[in-house]
Amino acid sequence: MTLLDGANDWNPSAHEVERQQIRRRLRLRSLLIATVAMVVVFGLIGLGTISSPGWPSIKQLFFNWEDAKGSFPSILKGFWLNVKLFLTAEPLILILALSVALARQARSPWLVPLRFVAVVYTDVFRGVPTILLVLLLGFGMPALGLVGVPDSGYFWALVALVLSYGAYVAEVFRAGIESIHPSQIASAQALGLSRAQAMRHVVVPQAVRRVVPPLLNDFVSLQKDTALVSVVAVFDSMFAAKDYSSFNFNYTSYVVVACFFVAMTVPLARLTDWLQARYAGRERAGAV
Amino acid sequence: MALLEVANLRKSYGDRVVLHDIDLTVEAGDVVCLIGSSGSGKSTLLRCIDLLEQIDDGIIRFDDREISDPRLAPREARKGMGMVFQAYNLFPHLTVLDNVMLAPRKVHGVSGSAAKARAHELLDRFGLDEHASKHPDRLSGGQQQRVALVRALACQPALLLLDEITAALDPELVGSVLDSVRTLAAEGTTMILATHEMSFARDVATSVCFLEQGRILEHGPPTEIFTKPKQARTREFLSRVLPS
Repeated sequence: MTLLDGANDWNPSAHEVERQQIRRRLRLRSLLIATVAMVVVFGLIGLGTISSPGWPSIKQLFFNWEDAKGSFPSILKGFWLNVKLFLTAEPLILILALSVALARQARSPWLVPLRFVAVVYTDVFRGVPTILLVLLLGFGMPALGLVGVPDSGYFWALVALVLSYGAYVAEVFRAGIESIHPSQIASAQALGLSRAQAMRHVVVPQAVRRVVPPLLNDFVSLQKDTALVSVVAVFDSMFAAKDYSSFNFNYTSYVVVACFFVAMTVPLARLTDWLQARYAGRERAGAV
Repeated sequence: MALLEVANLRKSYGDRVVLHDIDLTVEAGDVVCLIGSSGSGKSTLLRCIDLLEQIDDGIIRFDDREISDPRLAPREARKGMGMVFQAYNLFPHLTVLDNVMLAPRKVHGVSGSAAKARAHELLDRFGLDEHASKHPDRLSGGQQQRVALVRALACQPALLLLDEITAALDPELVGSVLDSVRTLAAEGTTMILATHEMSFARDVATSVCFLEQGRILEHGPPTEIFTKPKQARTREFLSRVLPS
């Protein structure tokens, strides 16, 4: 048949060539506008800051190169502790949070006590400020002097972070689970799967994908909140910065800590974007 | 001057060419039915006309303007068109009334009270006024599709694009939607509709286009296409879809 012959010997008409030129021109114009807007906005912000009357003293107090260099080694050393903290905390939080979220979804009458505990846990631990939990556990638990209970501030600060964030993340998971349309459970049950199996194989995988962005948001927040352990005298990057600044009367060390945290969170954000795009590409391919 | 003129339209997704050299002219008052098997390009053609897809070649003129010109904002062209989708695509967070009033108020600058009056009038005409304050998901499929039709009509479009609007409905609900379209056709509304309802196309269309693998293989008045098609492929298609 001759139906498909036109597919390969097609050459754009003059009109189309012109249209492509116009599209290119429009894109170029957008690029130009974007560039000018960027330069103007950030140029003005920078200029406004530098020309302000207090800038020289602020620069000396917060952005001093010598102090940045001086505080860097101890902050870097402390930062490893922050990294260790959240790398340990994140998997624990995921496990705790998903368990709590699933406990709240359980429908069996035998599991009502579990549901009750899960509800009370999320209500209480989401409500208590994280810094109070860190103080309470970090100073309180070792002070009890119980036999066999660890007495390190690091350990209890970690527990406090896990408990606090576990409650937040559990709610994120729950929202994700509840956003999956009931027809998905219905069709899983119609195939003979039990409710638990339907959760495990159908609902939770979809829910987790859907909540990746808010989950990341909580993890970025957690990474920053590992700095809270400095209040119970754990020598992390924040503690090192505090140490340096009170010894040298200069706040540059705090800016250095901030840079560390930003450098840590940006790659994680990009990684998540990439993961999301991959899922979307795989599952929506060809859909109109 | 025709209301809509499509010339040499080409559309591809990557290597797959879904529309070749499409020419189509629609005068005011025409009811053009696009028929053909699934994947023949009917929906894509409608989406190209509504500028929901970027075309690869060709010209689309609507209301004396070349709307395929990238310098023209698609919104401008769409102000004169209405589109109804196969899956209704109503906004589930808005009531029926708010669905209908949204575009007249936000796009066409109609005052709230005038938009409301017109919405009620249209809903009433299509037997939907009692559902005005409900949310779309409370309605049956046929009712939802008629709301979608009313929503498109609320902007008083010069051209209505209907994309297989009965394909997702129960057979017994199809009639109510087709009756609404029939009323519109009788009033002289200009429409292009992709459809699988052959008897409806035969009754209502002023012209019928048979699409096959992205080309308009044959077109003409329904009496001609349905009773003495010239192309063997058209005959084959009709023999499969028409009850003999």
